[in-house]
Amino acid sequence: MAVNCRGMVKQGTSINGKMVFNPKQQQPQLQVQVPVPCTKGGGGKWRRKLLVLWLVKGLLFSAWLFLHMKSNIHSRNEETLASMCDERARMLQDQFNVSMNHVHALAILVSTFHHGKNPSAIDQEVQTFESLGVNSNYQKKLEEKKTFAEYTARTAFERPLTSGVAYALKVLHSEREEFEKQHGWTIKKMETQDQSPVQDEYFPEMLQPSPVQDEYAPVIFSQDTVSHIVSIDMMSGKEDRENILRARTSAKGVLTSPFKLLKSNHLGVVLTFAVYNKDLPSTATPEERIQATQGYLGASFDVPSLVDKLLQQLASKQTIVVNVYDTTNASAPINMYGPNVTDTGLFHFSNLDFGDPFRKHEMHCRFKQKVPLPWSAITTSLGVLVIVLLVGHIFHAAINRIAKVENDYRKMMELKVRAEAADVAKSQFLATVSHEIRTPMNGVLGMLQMLMDTNLDATQQDYAVTAQESGKALIALINEVLDQAKIESGKLELENVPFDLRSVLDMVVSLFSEKSQDKGIELAVYISDRVPEILIGDSGRFSQIITNLVGNSIKFTEVGHIFVSVHLVEEVKCSRDSNGEDPKEPLETPIKNGMKETYNTLSGTCVVNRLKSFENFKLLNGGSNLQSTEASNTINLLVTVEDTGVGIPEDAQSRIFMPFVQADSSTSRTYGGTGIGLSISKRLVGLMGGEIGFVSEPGIGSTFAFTASFTRGQSIPPEMKRHQSDPMTTDFRGRHGVVVDGRNVRAEVTKYHLQRLGIQVEVATDVNTALSYICRPPNSSSTKPVDMVLVDKEAWGPGSGLAFPRPLKELKQNGRSNSTIAPPKMFLLANSMTNPELEQAKSVGYVDTVIMKPLRVSMIAACLQEALGMGKKTKKGHELQSLLCDKRILVVDDNAVNRKVAAGALKKYGAIVECKDSGKAALSMLHPPHEFDACFMDVQMPEMDGFDATRQIRLVEEQVNERIKSGEVSVEVYRGVAHWHVPILAMTADVIQATHEQCVRCGMDDYVSKPFEQEQLYSAVAQFFDPKPNPKQRSNHKSLTDTGDNHVS
Amino acid sequence: MLGLGATQLEDDMHRLLSSLFHQGVLDDHFSQLQRLQDHDSPNFVVEVVSIYFRESEKLLTTLRALLLERECTDYKKMGTHLNRLMGSSSSIGANRVRNVCVALRTFSERSNRAGCINSLEQLEYEQCLLKSKLHELFQLEQQRLMASGLGYGYHSIMLD
Repeated sequence: MAVNCRGMVKQGTSINGKMVFNPKQQQPQLQVQVPVPCTKGGGGKWRRKLLVLWLVKGLLFSAWLFLHMKSNIHSRNEETLASMCDERARMLQDQFNVSMNHVHALAILVSTFHHGKNPSAIDQEVQTFESLGVNSNYQKKLEEKKTFAEYTARTAFERPLTSGVAYALKVLHSEREEFEKQHGWTIKKMETQDQSPVQDEYFPEMLQPSPVQDEYAPVIFSQDTVSHIVSIDMMSGKEDRENILRARTSAKGVLTSPFKLLKSNHLGVVLTFAVYNKDLPSTATPEERIQATQGYLGASFDVPSLVDKLLQQLASKQTIVVNVYDTTNASAPINMYGPNVTDTGLFHFSNLDFGDPFRKHEMHCRFKQKVPLPWSAITTSLGVLVIVLLVGHIFHAAINRIAKVENDYRKMMELKVRAEAADVAKSQFLATVSHEIRTPMNGVLGMLQMLMDTNLDATQQDYAVTAQESGKALIALINEVLDQAKIESGKLELENVPFDLRSVLDMVVSLFSEKSQDKGIELAVYISDRVPEILIGDSGRFSQIITNLVGNSIKFTEVGHIFVSVHLVEEVKCSRDSNGEDPKEPLETPIKNGMKETYNTLSGTCVVNRLKSFENFKLLNGGSNLQSTEASNTINLLVTVEDTGVGIPEDAQSRIFMPFVQADSSTSRTYGGTGIGLSISKRLVGLMGGEIGFVSEPGIGSTFAFTASFTRGQSIPPEMKRHQSDPMTTDFRGRHGVVVDGRNVRAEVTKYHLQRLGIQVEVATDVNTALSYICRPPNSSSTKPVDMVLVDKEAWGPGSGLAFPRPLKELKQNGRSNSTIAPPKMFLLANSMTNPELEQAKSVGYVDTVIMKPLRVSMIAACLQEALGMGKKTKKGHELQSLLCDKRILVVDDNAVNRKVAAGALKKYGAIVECKDSGKAALSMLHPPHEFDACFMDVQMPEMDGFDATRQIRLVEEQVNERIKSGEVSVEVYRGVAHWHVPILAMTADVIQATHEQCVRCGMDDYVSKPFEQEQLYSAVAQFFDPKPNPKQRSNHKSLTDTGDNHVS
Repeated sequence: MLGLGATQLEDDMHRLLSSLFHQGVLDDHFSQLQRLQDHDSPNFVVEVVSIYFRESEKLLTTLRALLLERECTDYKKMGTHLNRLMGSSSSIGANRVRNVCVALRTFSERSNRAGCINSLEQLEYEQCLLKSKLHELFQLEQQRLMASGLGYGYHSIMLD
């Protein structure tokens, strides 16, 4: 109930609705607060935000991871591609350069051996043919060609990239005729019109002779692979012509742009070197170079096949596609090699340098397949995403779970509160119902009582009695239910008032006296003398517990006894600690006594070991603070109720304190009752800060024990004690008694009661001791004569008490006893007496009285008083008479009835009474000098109340006394009284401590409660008046006439 | 015959008295009051009781007026009146009247008007009951005295 956050749920209105028995009854609104946790939703929202944040972060992270990995893979691919591309480009370039160098070398070879020598070294074979003289010119040329073809064919491995080489001679137009004549063929024109169709066969003979030009470059030597171009004028091809021109001016290898090669119809380039007739310096001008030009050496490169060949040698040729472009014209690159591939995304290009600065070539590389998706990146990021989602899911589930649990918890709290409220409501309902039933039941019972008082015949009387008994049982049950309900609903609060434990227990005993006498059970109470006289606590509830326990015991006990004992816890603990066994009661050992085996218990019947009933009590076993508690004001009592009943069956012992549970169902049939008493007792004991326990053996009996803590009460203040006067103790103080009883425990109980009356007690456990006590000479200093002898009827066995006076009588007759002293009064203590037994008792000497058990102080006192002849009330009445006779008394009360009654009461004792109805009138009447001996003043009066009036009266008296003392006025004026102080007694309806103090404070002498009680009046008045009335005063008073209309005559 | 009648009357008186005690109409104080009556004041009880009724009827009228005639009742004033009524009631031993007075006072302390009116009605009823019962009792006593032929007896008893 700690949190009251959102509101409260009102509960119990329906219950209130049910409880409409009495509209006057104020039903307290039952309000139940249902706590609603403040954090509801707050935590959940926070967690949800966190979840969303987590998911977003996870998504972002996985996306980032994906991109990062993808870019990584991409760059790695690019790198791979670049390296592969570069490698291929370099190789191609190297090989090309090697081929080009070789072609260059070939050019120098031709220059050196063909042009530098005369005759040409290349035609050495021809000279042998010439010597033969057969067609020598033609033969010579043929041989020359053959030398060149053979040489080039055999050195073809040096030029892996060239498909063939040829040498064209520079022929001016002027020299054409001579040249043609010399070689035997005409210079032919290169056919350019139909290069596109693929021709397997190429016939140079079918070509047209070259038209007239300034210059010609007919091929004179050629490798066998390109022998078909012999005699063709290279200057006639557009590409070749440009090449030739550039080559002879630059003196370097020059490349054509790619074009379809003759015959092979492959795309290719032609490399051309110029052959000079002398070794030109590098600083030579182009004109000089042209001048020096003698011919041109060309080599054709069949690019596709060559590149193919090259790439064959490399690993992983499948993975990439290579394109070689001529990019001399940057806007329209010419694909020299490779398929016209579609763009697969990633590509790399490397520059190729074939040694011709005029031409630019590039190699483009692509992966053959499209770049595969970056699966590793996808899977990794997806994995991360899945993990994130999974974690998110788990978190979400946890949140839901938490929310559910919180919700459940809230619901359960609500239900719990409701259940508690219902429980309280139930108890309240029970309380109300019980209360409401009780009221009419009381009416029924009262009416029955009245009915029984009317004239009824026997049957009717029986019916009425039965009805009333049932009604009483019902009331008892209802009271118990009410108590139970009150305790359960926590409404029962213990009072804290001073009470006398001993008289409370006497009262309990008196309740059961009739029952125990009927059953012939001994019932006794013993209270240790260490228990203080006055305790502060709830006496009613305390006695209720004991009543419950004793009532229970009585119900289940047929023979034997019920023994209630009260000790201080410390006392029991000490005795137990020191001996381990109660020294007073060695219960376990049976005493052989005559025929029968008896135990040293109250009735001689075997009982259970009562120590066991409280052996588990914390208070007894616990702390060392017991010494300190004794010093402090807390009094812990241990009460045991021991019986010799049927006992509680073993199996039922565990649930004996549960409400409405009895030992077994047959119990209620046999013994009646609801079984609620023990439960209430347990709870009450709990409220009193104690514990309850029991030990029981079937067939032997049970002992219940409980502790309860009280506060030590102040001994009654004297003024209180006077009014609640306990006459018994004073009357018996100093008397001397002898208890004659064979059983220690019983004797102790009797002794305890007698000691409470202030009687000095001796215990005699056998006849001889008793006789010696009784016949002891009285004049020994320590002992007084024995006033009374109390003999138990069964002192040593059945009927033995009755026989006791016989030896006493014999003793007297023998004259051994001192005859001068009066024989002590004989009392017989009996549990039950039959008529013959009574007769017998009277005859043997118990003439005085028989005291019926159970023993109670008031009863013993009454019996003793009667027997010893100590009438008291009569004496007091007389004394009152003597005290008040002829005294003048003023009664002040505004209430006519009270005035009349008080006056009547006082007049009865001979007083002369005058009445006044207000404080003011009293003031005037009591102004000295006056004749009143006392004033009884009501406290509550209109205008001037008793306190005010008294204060003023005292003031006036004070002034008068002062004046007399100072001699201002003579004493005679004031009737010879030197000091005026009229006793003023307050009359109050409620006698409480505060009132008394107030009375004393404002100058009143004492107070009496209205209406007057004889005792109280006596004790109040006795302080002020002498018992002997002064005759002189009396005559004075008689002469006075009463004044005041309220005076009673 | 005459003596027998007196005994019968005495029995009736005792029965009536004990029933009054049983019903709680009267308590111990009434018997004390009776004990105060002796030869010196033979009519003591009747006198006291008649004073009581005179006073209490006045008080009851005042109380009723206080409760009904004004809008806001002066509960303090009611309390003083009630105290007087209670005092005199307990003095003559009118137990039930006193108890109702206690209830009425509790209500008035709590300023519970409805409860007050309710209790006041109950109080008037009790008062009426007490009056009739006492009237009956005194009549019986008078008859008894007359039957027993004693010299002194009740004169005209003015009960209302």
